[in-house]
Amino acid sequence: MAMTIHVDVVSAEKEIYSGLVEAVFATATMGEIGIYPRHTPLLTSLKAGEVRVLVNGQEEQFYVSGGMLEVQPHVVTVLADTAMRADDVDEAAAIAAKEAAEKSLAESAEKLDYAEVQAQLAEASAQLRVVQRARKSAGR
Amino acid sequence: MASGKEIRTQIGSIKNTQKITRAMEMVAASKMRKAQERMAATRPYSNKIHNVIQHLAFAHPEYKHTYLQEREEKTRVGYIVVSSDRGLCGGLNNNLFRTLLKDIQEKTDSGIEIDVCAIGKKATSFFSRLPVTLTAQVTQLGEEPSAEELVGAVKVMLDAFEEGRIDSLYLVFNEFVNTMTQENKVMKLLPNVQAELSEGMSHHWDYIYEPDAKEVLDSLLVRYIESLVYQGVVENAACEQASRMVAMKSASDNAGDLIDDLQLVYNKARQAAITQEISEIVAGAAAV
Repeated sequence: MAMTIHVDVVSAEKEIYSGLVEAVFATATMGEIGIYPRHTPLLTSLKAGEVRVLVNGQEEQFYVSGGMLEVQPHVVTVLADTAMRADDVDEAAAIAAKEAAEKSLAESAEKLDYAEVQAQLAEASAQLRVVQRARKSAGR
Repeated sequence: MASGKEIRTQIGSIKNTQKITRAMEMVAASKMRKAQERMAATRPYSNKIHNVIQHLAFAHPEYKHTYLQEREEKTRVGYIVVSSDRGLCGGLNNNLFRTLLKDIQEKTDSGIEIDVCAIGKKATSFFSRLPVTLTAQVTQLGEEPSAEELVGAVKVMLDAFEEGRIDSLYLVFNEFVNTMTQENKVMKLLPNVQAELSEGMSHHWDYIYEPDAKEVLDSLLVRYIESLVYQGVVENAACEQASRMVAMKSASDNAGDLIDDLQLVYNKARQAAITQEISEIVAGAAAV
């Protein structure tokens, strides 16, 4: 049997592939790479594209939208991204998160403090109860 | 003593409440199972990326990333707080916030300011009332939180760290131990010095980096932090369901106890009414 290497393809939300293969092909940022057993340690980022593994002469394909690939002497790890990643997309998401925070702060400043109102309400109803009780006992 | 009819309506309304809590309990139980599966599904990724980071510590990259450099906590500290969007889950969020508040109190006492990134509605509403800076928020993650939705919020904090606005970054979430136990956890994300501990015990080797070490390490470390946060969110979601299930179970049990008590009161009242009626009739008959 040909030499094999262990491959794990995982994304943040699930495991995609794990097993012994003869070779791995992936689209790295610098171009397509092929990894055979005993490849030197390598750490590279991946572009959106397919990751192919060669098992018993048969090819299996997975699509990844980017990620990282690590080669260790006996194991290849593909950390796939679940979504399209780009600096400007990340930036937009960051700005959205910031704005959401600002908005909720502005809202809470406008609105009356809910907890405070609730405390006042509890106090008022306690007073009311006392008054009612006093009135009842006075009525008798 | 309350009349029979009043007690009956009271029992009826408690029964309705019990029906609701029991339904919520069952819903939470099934959601918890799913959340646990999701938790298990994310494990391979976080394990693998952790391994890679460990390998990196053994390697001797010519480029030292800011995330791995020790820094003193001096002026400002960041927290990423994971909470649930909805209530009715027992003391889950409040316990977490209480633990965190103690931490924050200590920091503010020594003159350190706090930045908070809130994940989940409860954290947002809690921290907007405190003297901390809310720098980012994500809400409405739903039952299936996706890693994608967290990217923005995490980036806000990472940028702040990189630019030196915060000196360290913590992740605060509930760790799922089992259905009955959830543990409050405050985990230090940055600077991540533990990766450096194993240095010195390995022979010299390094990766080939493509395109170059800086770029690769940058995106790898960002993903590492994101995966930790995502893991925290997923675990917190499982905790939320577990805690809701337990809370709803005890609510149903309480409702059951209340109904039993009221039933007793009702029976007594009914018996008293009957006895009174009989004695009235007897007295009436004797008078004739």
